[in-house]
Amino acid sequence: MAAQQTANGFSLDNSGKRVVVDPVCRIEGHLRVEVNVDDKNVIRNAVSTGTMWRGLEVILKGRDPRDAWAFTQRICGVCTGTHALTSVRSVENALGIQIPDNANSIRNIMQMALYVHDHLVHFYHLHALDWVDVVSALKADPKRTSELAQSISDWPMSSPGYFRDLQNRLKKFVESGQLGPFSNGYWGSPAYKLPPEANLMAVAHYLEALDFQKEIVKIHAIYGGKNPHPNWIVGGMPCAININDVGGVGAINMERLNLVSSIIDRTIEFVEKVYVPDLLAIASFYKGWLHGGGLSSQSVLSYGDVPDIANDYSAKSLLLPRGAIINGDLTKVHEVDLVDPAQIQEFVSHSWYKYADESKGLHPFDGVTEPNFVLGKNAKGTKTNIENLDEGGKYSWLKAPRWRGHAMEVGPLARYIIGYVQKNPEFKDPVDMVLKKLDVPLTALFSTLGRTAARGLECQWAAEKMRYFQDRLIANLKAGDSTTANVEKWDPSTWPQASKGVGFTEAPRGALGHWIQIKDGKIDNYQCIVPTTWNGSPRDPAGNIGAFEASLLGTPLAKADQPLEILRTLHSFDPCLACSTHVMSPDGQEMTSVKVR
Amino acid sequence: MSATSALTPFDLDPAAGTDSQVLVLGIGNLLWADEGFGVRCAETLHRDWRLPAGVAVMDGGTQGMYLLPYIQGARRLLVFDAVDYGLQPGEVKVVRDDEVPRFMGAKKMSLHQTGFQEVLAAAAFTGQLPDTMVLIGVQPEDLADYGGSLRPLIQARIPAAIDAAVAQLAAWGFAPERRPEPLAETLADASLDQSIYEAGRPDETLAWRLGDPRFLNRRDEIAGAAGDVGAANVQGAA
Repeated sequence: MAAQQTANGFSLDNSGKRVVVDPVCRIEGHLRVEVNVDDKNVIRNAVSTGTMWRGLEVILKGRDPRDAWAFTQRICGVCTGTHALTSVRSVENALGIQIPDNANSIRNIMQMALYVHDHLVHFYHLHALDWVDVVSALKADPKRTSELAQSISDWPMSSPGYFRDLQNRLKKFVESGQLGPFSNGYWGSPAYKLPPEANLMAVAHYLEALDFQKEIVKIHAIYGGKNPHPNWIVGGMPCAININDVGGVGAINMERLNLVSSIIDRTIEFVEKVYVPDLLAIASFYKGWLHGGGLSSQSVLSYGDVPDIANDYSAKSLLLPRGAIINGDLTKVHEVDLVDPAQIQEFVSHSWYKYADESKGLHPFDGVTEPNFVLGKNAKGTKTNIENLDEGGKYSWLKAPRWRGHAMEVGPLARYIIGYVQKNPEFKDPVDMVLKKLDVPLTALFSTLGRTAARGLECQWAAEKMRYFQDRLIANLKAGDSTTANVEKWDPSTWPQASKGVGFTEAPRGALGHWIQIKDGKIDNYQCIVPTTWNGSPRDPAGNIGAFEASLLGTPLAKADQPLEILRTLHSFDPCLACSTHVMSPDGQEMTSVKVR
Repeated sequence: MSATSALTPFDLDPAAGTDSQVLVLGIGNLLWADEGFGVRCAETLHRDWRLPAGVAVMDGGTQGMYLLPYIQGARRLLVFDAVDYGLQPGEVKVVRDDEVPRFMGAKKMSLHQTGFQEVLAAAAFTGQLPDTMVLIGVQPEDLADYGGSLRPLIQARIPAAIDAAVAQLAAWGFAPERRPEPLAETLADASLDQSIYEAGRPDETLAWRLGDPRFLNRRDEIAGAAGDVGAANVQGAA
C-alpha cells in the first residue's frame, strides 16, 4: 500500500522511512512498534504488536474456580489486585454469590489504593522522564527552584537548601557509574521543554513519591492480610475485623483502621499538593504539544467500577463512569453489556490465531485461542528475526477486541471523557479546572497530555473515594456489623452443574474483563480481555486501527533515531504487557532498541 | 516477629522499632517454568527451616516497585532468583553487594518492565539500600514454558541454593534450624504450592505450553546464545 484511508477515519501512508522501536530487554519486551515517517519526520503509519503469547486461560482450565484469583494475580506485577478482584467477581457472578457491604467497602479501598499507587508510580517513575530532563536538573538554580515550587503549591519541602541538597545527591548519583539511574534517557533532546528548575523540582518529587508509595502499600497489607500478594476470597474479603480488640494478632483492630485512615489523609494531601501541581506545571510547558489523541476524540469505552451499592454492577451504582462513546458523538453514551454476544467481540484477522471464519469476531464466551504464527507476504526478515512486520497480514499476539465493531480507547482518559459527557461533576469540574488553568480548549483533552492529566485527576478522585469507603466501613463496624464474607455457597455441592459469569473492573489502565465457565465444580473455560488488548490491538477485518496506532499518527519526531515522542505517547496509556519475568542480567541496561530503515 | 507469619511492611519499617534485620526474598514468576526458581527456593526455606527472630522470608513474585518498602527496611538482603549470567543451565551463581546488578532505564515501555534491578536502584537513590546484599541465582534452562514448572535440572539445584542461604544466614549470625517436620502452612496461596500447581496442569495436548522463542525478543535463544544479551542488541542495531 501507499496511502489509504481506514474504516475509522484515519489516513495511513507507509511509503516513508520505517522506524522500529522494540524493547530488546531479553525477556520482558512484549510490545514493539513500527512507524513510517514522511520526509518531515511526521508519523504517517503506525503498527503496534504484542510480541508474546500469554497462556493464562489455558493454565486455568480444570482448576478450582475459587483458586483462579491466585493464578490471575500472578499474571502481572502491577495489576495484581485488580486481576484478583476481577476473578472473584466472575465466580460470584457465575454462582450468584452476594458479598457483604463491608467486603464491598474493603474491595473498593483496595482497588482505589492500587489506583493511587499505580498512577503515582506511573507518573513519577516512568512517565515523568518523557517530559523531564533529569540531566538538565543539574544546571538548575536551587533558589529559583524554590521560588517555582512555592508559587505552585504550599507543600512544605520547598526551601532552596532542600533543592540544593537534592541536586548534590543527584549529581553524586549520576556520577557513580553503575548506579547512574536514568542512564538510558534521550537527555538533551530538543523534545524536552522544561527549564532546569522545573526539572529539578520534578526530580525532588520523584524521590518523595518513591518514599511515599510505601505508605500506600500498607493499606494492602492491612486489608489483604499479606503483601505483596494480598489474599482474596470468593464471597467477600478474607480479613477478620474486631474493633474491640487491642493489640491482638490476626484480626484488624481499631488501631489498624486508624492507621489506614491516617494514610488516606496523607495520600489526599500528597496528591493535591505535589502530584496535581506538578502535572499542571509540566503541562504548561507542553501545551503546544497536543499530539497523541488517537481514538480518544471518537471512540472510548469504560465498563465502570467502584460499586456504591454492594453487588449492584449497573451504571447507577458504579462511581466510575460506565458506557461507550462512538464516532465522536459526544451527545450520547451507549449502554454496555458484557454478556451480549453482539457487543464485545475479538477478531483475529491480523493476529496470530486461527478462527474458522476470520471475517467474524467471537464473544469471549465463545472464545477460541488457537495459535497460527504466519507472517504477511510483505514482511521483511525471517520468522525468528523480523526486520519489518507486514501489517497487511497477521502481525500481533494480541487479538483485536471491538465494541459493536468499533476500535475503542480504554483507561483514565476514556473514563473522564465519559464522565464529562454525562455531566458528572466529580469528573467534569476537575477537567474544566485544568482546561481553564492551562487556558486550552476542551479539544486539548484529546491528546497524550490529556491522558496524562486525566490519570492525575483520577488519582485525586481515587484518594478521596478511599476516604468515603473507609468512613462507611468504620460506621458499619461501629454499628455492630463486622461481616466480611459470605460463605453460603463456598462448597461446590451447592453449585449448579454448569454456570457462567463475567467479572469486570476498571484497572488503572482501563477496562478489564474475565469471562468464566464452570462445569462440575471446575473451570471449563476462562477468557480475559485486558486493557492493553483494547489499546494495543492490531487491525481488524474492516481495517479499523487500534488506539496505540491511531495515537501515533501525525506526531512529528524531533529526531527519527530518538523516538522520545513515540515512547511519550505509548507511556501515556500505561501499557500492560504480559509482564512476568525478572531474570537478572549483569548487562541488561539496554531496554529498548531503535532501528531506522 | 515470627518468621512464619505473613510479612507486612510494618515488620520492616525501622521507624516502627522492630528487630527485623534480614529479608530473604524469592522473586520471579512461578507460572513460567524456571522463572519460578526464586519463589520455590523461598518456599522451601520457609517450609524446611525455622528462622530465628529478625529474619523474614518473602515471596516477592514479580512485584517490582511494591517490593521497595521491604528492601528499604531491611539491613541485610538475601535474594533467590533466576539469573542470566550466560552460564551453563543449572549453574548456581552467588554474587554480593556491588556485584548485584542494579540500574534504571528511562526507555522502558511499561511499568511492567520494572525489574528487580530497578527496585534496588530506587532504594539506592533514596539512600536506603541494605548494608549487605547477596544474590543466590541459578542459570535457567527453560523460561518459555508458560504454565510449566521447574525443569528437573533446575529443581535439583534448590538444595544447593538453600545450603548457600543457610550458610550465609549463619555467617550473619542468624543460623536457621532444620524443622523436624516440614511446615504445613505455605508461603504463597496453597493453590500455588508446587505439587498442587503441577498436578493441576492441563494435558499437553490441550495446552500450548511453549512461549514463542521463534519471535522477536526470544530470537537470541534460537541462535543458541542464551544469556547473550549483546547478541540481541547487535541484531537490533544492525
